Amino acid sequence: MADQTDPTTPSRREPAPAPARPDSDRAGGRKEPGLLEQLFAPVAGFGVTFATQFRKVATTEYPEKKRPTAARFHGRHQLNRHPDGLEKCVGCELCAWACPADAIYVEGADNIEGARFSPGERYGRVYQINYLRCIFCGLCIEACPTRALTMTNEYELTDNRRAPLIYEKHQLLAPLGQDMVAPPFPMAEGMEERDYYRGQVTGPTQEQKDYVADRDARTDGREGRTTEEVPR
Amino acid sequence: MSYALTAYPELVAAAPALVTNDLPVADFSDTPIWLSFVKAALLFVYLMISMVLVIWFERRVIGRMQQRPGPNRLGPLGLLQTLADGIKLFLKEDITPKNADKVMYVAAPLIVACLAFVSFAIIPLGGDVRMFGHTTPLQLTDTPVAVLLVLAVAGVGAYGFVLAGWSSGSTYPLLGGLRSTAQVISYEIAMGLSLVAVFLYAGSMSTSQIVAAQSQTWFLGIPSWYVVPLFFSFVVYVITMVGETNRLPFDLAEGEGELGGGFHTEYSSMKFAMFFLGEYINMFTVAALATTLFLGGFHAPWPLNLIGDGMLSEGWWGLLWFTLKMWFFLWVFVWLRGSLPRVRYDQFMNLGWKLLIPLSLVWVVAVMMIRAAQEGYFGDGRWTTVATLVIIGVFVLLGIFLWDRRAQMRQAEREEQMAVPPEVDPFADGYPVPPLPGQKLVEPRRGVGPAEPVAARSQADQTDTDTEERRG
Repeated sequence: MADQTDPTTPSRREPAPAPARPDSDRAGGRKEPGLLEQLFAPVAGFGVTFATQFRKVATTEYPEKKRPTAARFHGRHQLNRHPDGLEKCVGCELCAWACPADAIYVEGADNIEGARFSPGERYGRVYQINYLRCIFCGLCIEACPTRALTMTNEYELTDNRRAPLIYEKHQLLAPLGQDMVAPPFPMAEGMEERDYYRGQVTGPTQEQKDYVADRDARTDGREGRTTEEVPR
Repeated sequence: MSYALTAYPELVAAAPALVTNDLPVADFSDTPIWLSFVKAALLFVYLMISMVLVIWFERRVIGRMQQRPGPNRLGPLGLLQTLADGIKLFLKEDITPKNADKVMYVAAPLIVACLAFVSFAIIPLGGDVRMFGHTTPLQLTDTPVAVLLVLAVAGVGAYGFVLAGWSSGSTYPLLGGLRSTAQVISYEIAMGLSLVAVFLYAGSMSTSQIVAAQSQTWFLGIPSWYVVPLFFSFVVYVITMVGETNRLPFDLAEGEGELGGGFHTEYSSMKFAMFFLGEYINMFTVAALATTLFLGGFHAPWPLNLIGDGMLSEGWWGLLWFTLKMWFFLWVFVWLRGSLPRVRYDQFMNLGWKLLIPLSLVWVVAVMMIRAAQEGYFGDGRWTTVATLVIIGVFVLLGIFLWDRRAQMRQAEREEQMAVPPEVDPFADGYPVPPLPGQKLVEPRRGVGPAEPVAARSQADQTDTDTEERRG
């Protein structure tokens, strides 16, 4: 017992210690402190604080100056759209199932003639993310089969009440791009659901634009907004 | 003094200069009483503004020392932060504990806050200025024993601490108050001794006289500030002024790790603010005294004192130099706080009683000798001063040599005690102990020893058994 803990007597199992190396090597390449350094070593701390006074301050003045996050920072979620403006979310609820914090609530509904929000059969009629529960792990993103759900770099998610922190679908939906039009409207003519995923749809066709313009003229633009404020 | 004059007439004859120097040089003959009140009010305003500024200054500078900006939200550069903190403090609930001794509990912060302002009365902030049609020095008053007043006021201020601690009716404040008092009193001894050297050089305890004595030049117009000839005193004074004001690294009285808040644990709101105020004003007092006694007071620093035949040292200019020098010491306070951890109480007391006081005593004797030689008490001529310096040097070297010998012997003794015997019997005291690092265990005794060899049977036993066998 004593033999093994004793540093002076080498244990039988260990090899003999390596021959002593030169001093400069042992100090890790650093030079021996000079006479002046040794003399001032006890009060070197004063030098540190004195020099630090003139160094650049490391603080970020946060609310005034914002530093960009890392490119893949997990921030607020976003529900993406196809290039013509139709929603990518198909209401499959896989994100809700994947969520370890039970923060996502999805209710799917059928796309019907005259009210198509996404290519294919169904769309997410209700989509809520509770940011009081969300742990920003990103498992929902991995679970999403249509790339509908991704995360932005936005991190300023605070409030002093509960309700505003439960984000609704209209808050999560990506804004309409340059030449996108607001659903509901039919799929591009001659295209199937699968064509959307193959990237064959690059923007709204003239027919779709006409449909939306006609719809808005009929309903005073109310129809386009119905997806955004779904009655609960 | 008069007794000394009559009792030792030869002393008076030998040193006429010392006697005439004693009185203040500041001339208050053209200062009516109402002007004194005006000056007192201005001094109060000066100190209050300084205090508000120094809290901001301390937080900013200590922030920079830790590579962060410090308070910067309210006002330009965060200057109004102290104001906001002050308002918040005054609006807080004023609590008086049930066990408190009501009268003393209220009196203690008043004592601390009021006495903090008193010492500043004798500090010369500048030379003679014109004020409301009168020529008056920028100094409230001066006496032949002005510096002693500062020490006396600091001593009375200790009452504030001990009364606060005692009247709170609680344990931590009591301990903190006692510590604080012990600290102030014991460091005042070393502080007083360091000031004695200044008195010996200036030949006076009047602050205006000490400042005037420092305005004499050596060569190249460099003023003879006492920080150079009395550097040791200066160092001792700086250490004791930190101890005296209960500041880091000597803020043992408020060691939050051990004592809660120290003597002001039970205080809140206005009463706490008064302690706070008193502490910061005390910082200014000791810094102002250091400026006056060692850094030439309100006189302009070296290259500037040559401009226009010392015109920059006169009138209102003095206030500028004085303020700058005083703030230098405040920056030193902050620097110390930013660099050093709190010391242990016994270390602190050892430093005060076993190091600063004896060394100060020796130093005062040495200064006394030098002064006596300079004034010609040891005979005329330059060589007496040189001889005195040489003798003092020899004594100092001897002292250092003896000190070093003693330290080495102690070190050897300690190492001897610490030495580990190479082998140890773990059961020596009857119970097992583990070996120390570097020790080797002696093979312990076995629990059961080998059996004793069986002794040969005696003749009688053999015959007995034999007969029994026969019977059987």
